[in-house]
Amino acid sequence: MNVKILFLIFFWPLSVVAQGFSDLGSRADGFANPELNPTFSFPTDHGPHPEYRIEWWYLTANLNGPDGTAYGLQWTLFRTGLRPGEAPGWLSPQVWFAHAAVTTPDQHFATERFARGGIGQAGVEATPFRAWIDEWVLEGEDFQKMALTANGPNFGYDMSLQANGPLVFHGDKGYSVKSEQGQASYYYSQPFFTIDGTLKLPTGNVEVSGHAWLDREWSSQPLSDDQSGWDWFSLSFVDGAKLMGFQLRQTDGSLYSSSTWITPDGSTSSYPNGAFSAIPLNNKTTKDRNLPIQWRVTLPDKNVDIIVTAQNPDAWMELSIPYWEGPVNVLGSHIGQGYLEMTGYE
Amino acid sequence: MTTWCLRALLSHWWRNPVQLFAYLAGLALATALWSGVQAINSEARASYDAAAKTLGEGQYDLLIPKQGNRIPQDVYVLLRKSGWLVSPVIDARINDVRLFGIDLVTSATGLPNLAKEPSGITYDTLLANEETALKVAMLANVTVDTSIAPGIAIGDIGLVQRMLKRDDLTHLILLPNQPITQPSLSMIAPNLRVQSAHTVTNVAQLTSSFHLNLTAFGLLSFAVGLFIVNSTIGLAFEQRRGMIRTIRSLGVPMRTLISLITLEMMTLAVIGAGFGIALGYFIAAFLLPDVAATLKGLYGAQISGTLELRASWWLSGMILALIGTALALSSRIWQIIQMPLLASAKPRAWVIATGSRFRLQLIIAITLLFSTVPLALILEGLLAGFILLGCLLVGAALALPPLLGGILTVVQKYTVAPVWVWFWADTRQQLPGLSLALIALLLAVAANIGVSTMVSSFRQTFIEFLDQRLAPELFVEVETANQSAALEIFLMNRQIEVLPLLTTQVVIADLPVDLYGIRVGQTYRNNWIFLDNTLNAWDIIESGKAVVVNEQFARRADLWVGNLVQVNRDLILPIAGVVGDYGNPQGQVIITERTFKDLYPNLYASKFGVRTQDASFLRTQIVNTLGIKNNAIINQVGIKALSLEVFERTFVVTSALNVLTLGVASFAILMSLLTLADLRVPQLAPVWALGLTRRRLAWLELLRAVLLAGIVFVCAIPMGLALAWILLTIINVEAFGWQLPMYLFPLKYLELGGYALIAAFLAAMWPAVRLMRTPPSTLLRVFASER
Repeated sequence: MNVKILFLIFFWPLSVVAQGFSDLGSRADGFANPELNPTFSFPTDHGPHPEYRIEWWYLTANLNGPDGTAYGLQWTLFRTGLRPGEAPGWLSPQVWFAHAAVTTPDQHFATERFARGGIGQAGVEATPFRAWIDEWVLEGEDFQKMALTANGPNFGYDMSLQANGPLVFHGDKGYSVKSEQGQASYYYSQPFFTIDGTLKLPTGNVEVSGHAWLDREWSSQPLSDDQSGWDWFSLSFVDGAKLMGFQLRQTDGSLYSSSTWITPDGSTSSYPNGAFSAIPLNNKTTKDRNLPIQWRVTLPDKNVDIIVTAQNPDAWMELSIPYWEGPVNVLGSHIGQGYLEMTGYE
Repeated sequence: MTTWCLRALLSHWWRNPVQLFAYLAGLALATALWSGVQAINSEARASYDAAAKTLGEGQYDLLIPKQGNRIPQDVYVLLRKSGWLVSPVIDARINDVRLFGIDLVTSATGLPNLAKEPSGITYDTLLANEETALKVAMLANVTVDTSIAPGIAIGDIGLVQRMLKRDDLTHLILLPNQPITQPSLSMIAPNLRVQSAHTVTNVAQLTSSFHLNLTAFGLLSFAVGLFIVNSTIGLAFEQRRGMIRTIRSLGVPMRTLISLITLEMMTLAVIGAGFGIALGYFIAAFLLPDVAATLKGLYGAQISGTLELRASWWLSGMILALIGTALALSSRIWQIIQMPLLASAKPRAWVIATGSRFRLQLIIAITLLFSTVPLALILEGLLAGFILLGCLLVGAALALPPLLGGILTVVQKYTVAPVWVWFWADTRQQLPGLSLALIALLLAVAANIGVSTMVSSFRQTFIEFLDQRLAPELFVEVETANQSAALEIFLMNRQIEVLPLLTTQVVIADLPVDLYGIRVGQTYRNNWIFLDNTLNAWDIIESGKAVVVNEQFARRADLWVGNLVQVNRDLILPIAGVVGDYGNPQGQVIITERTFKDLYPNLYASKFGVRTQDASFLRTQIVNTLGIKNNAIINQVGIKALSLEVFERTFVVTSALNVLTLGVASFAILMSLLTLADLRVPQLAPVWALGLTRRRLAWLELLRAVLLAGIVFVCAIPMGLALAWILLTIINVEAFGWQLPMYLFPLKYLELGGYALIAAFLAAMWPAVRLMRTPPSTLLRVFASER
């Protein structure tokens, strides 16, 4: 048997790394699949779900310094299972990896960490809440008030978070469909965090404050075979409303979109495929990749017609899984800030 | 025209198949040992590289325990959770295989690289090369991966821990790009220390002197082979002078002729060298297992037991052979260009011409030999050692023919009997033709004397050293402080002399050094022999007022008896003694147990030497009473036996090389005599006509060969001893870091002399028999034909 095949079979997460996001469309043998009408149970569901193949705790934040300079921050912990379930010590089939980034108007810092499950180097516990890999930690007594820290070779941050609104469930009560074929994930968010703390940058420490958005998602097969990547928007408007929208790019050129409108008090309206639209307006070549860094985003049902522009077009995450992720400014029918993630631009 | 010209040239070889054989065989021999040795060296080098690459040794700093070789896994997790980016490694031996457990997810070659170059490592499969795979196949699933260094199996850390029934780690790799903020190591893991990547002793460095020795042998036989080639080419040109004259007279332009001769000789050279490379491959394959065993025993270096055909060695052999041939050829071609068209070849004239050449040779030889003395005093370093060696060898080689000529002239002068006067004169006349073969013999015998002296001195010294160092009958290694204390109390209660050994790695005088704490007692006083020491050295050391260092440290730091050593930030002590420490690459500084404990209160003695009359009984008692594992107790007698076996293996390699070089030399004699035989018919015919029988002449030929070999042997003794001196006093010190005392082995030299005489006798036998069977008609024809 060819080494590469062995490699793919036994060391699936490495192949995620090798092949990028397109591999998220692999078959989900032995793993549980998300089902319609989920009932979430908290705080347990803030913890890991090892019977599903892939899961993440994904935090992004738009920040401002004392002089008004805009910054972006990302902290993401991924869990991926070689097999469903848990086992003690090195036998654990769970592999963890994490990304951290800080974006300034003219620089972008990004770094990553890896860990095996089972030995205590990384993991997530629901009560009290604690998600960690190495010294990177997101923790608090509950999901309302948390501390966040991460370090890289040339940057780091120590932040505190305070939730000012309810959890928000996407799709059909948290069941988020990703393709015509019915691929889906469980997906909820806490988009109402205020955040403040210190960014540690090569030029010195900067005290910052702003708002943060935490996504929780798990699944075993989030993409279908004919999907090559996605463009994902989380936008917060000055009037307190928020919009989450993504479109999955399919190999035939068509798109599959989904979106959630969130009112300032946390009530939601979910939209099926086609309601939300994002059209690239301007491209820029960064790190040898040509990427759209300005979009026209519309959601006609809520009279949304906005221009979304990257604060720093060079927010390319040059990591084992390379992608673009950075803070954006919003102008047009609505004004605000947010985060944009673009994957699959290989 | 070209075709006919080429056919004429080639016809010479059909008529003189022995000469053709000599030419091809000379080239083959020159190439064979050279490429064989290079093949071994390159195989070893490839193995070292593979090992370094496989294990990432020397690339990254490591975190290692201050004591012992185990790190609890919790410490690893704690370090990671404190922001220390380290990757765990477990490293142990099982079934003679170095088992290496790594965590792919955090390893330095890590995920990003693995993504580009997928590895076959899985959670439950080992990777090893084919040879190693067989040794571990019964313990785990193994995937064969030829890029893994020999003797190493790599697997997931969890799998290796389960195989070893362990739950801890051996060391941690300190990854590049550590985060901006980090607590200090002493806060998180006070029992670990950083070992910087460049202080890790490199196997390739350790073994370089061994490979150098092999290369020297290879080069020597290459030189001897080229002597053969040179003399064969010379002879072929001498004999073809008539033919060349005829071809030229027929109108073939000089340029065409030279091109054809070059083409002819170089094509033959390629064929000969090709044979040599094939032969070299077999020599290497034959020697490799012993070389591998020696390297493993002496340095713990694993090299592959199977040989690969690498361009690096066969190409170098081919190119060297061709360059050598081209050089020999160019001087002859120069002679042809210079030769008047109608000049004839007269052997006697040739000898007269060489008279002046001898004088020039002698002047160069004397210059070279005399320059060795100031060179030995002025120059330093390994290269200087080799320059010295080169001067000595070339000088002696050049001096040999004039020296032999001088001896023969003197002997002839005091000879009265006419047959013997003719014998000596005839020997002198043959000298130019034989001189290259005799030089080859001189070099071979001298090299054999030199290397045998070195290796035997090494062995003698080492055996004595083993007796000193392995004086305690048992050697016990403990794992915990409790075991350490229990063992000491146990032995003290039984009034058994115990020698605790405290050790840690430190940096002294900018060198990585093993610092030892010892309990000075009768065993040390009686058995340890200093190379140099102050008066009452042991008393001063025992009182904690001085240190002992090994020779390696003394040489590298250039600190000797009386000099001060900064043992610690607050402790400076003078050196009271320097001990020989053969075969150890590491520098050592030795202080008393008490001083050591003052400096490192947390370290305990993990090794103990135990003096006992009944080793096996005590061993059983220690195992049963204290629960120390049986394999943690070493019977020193066994170590001694093992060490000696390693030396025997080294000897096998050395003596095989000895036999091969002597064989090459005697072949050179045989070829010289054979090629001279035909030329000599005109010179022997008159003597035969005067009444000496062919049988008598043949015996005289044999006697001549043996006599010359005898004189060469006598000359080779001082040269061989000088060689041994250079090897031991200069090259060994430079390469290993310690000096060996030189011992003489007269019986061994006599034995070698015997072999040299036998070799010469055997080489002369066939030409003598041929002479005996020369039909009288051939001899008579000498008088009939006009030359």
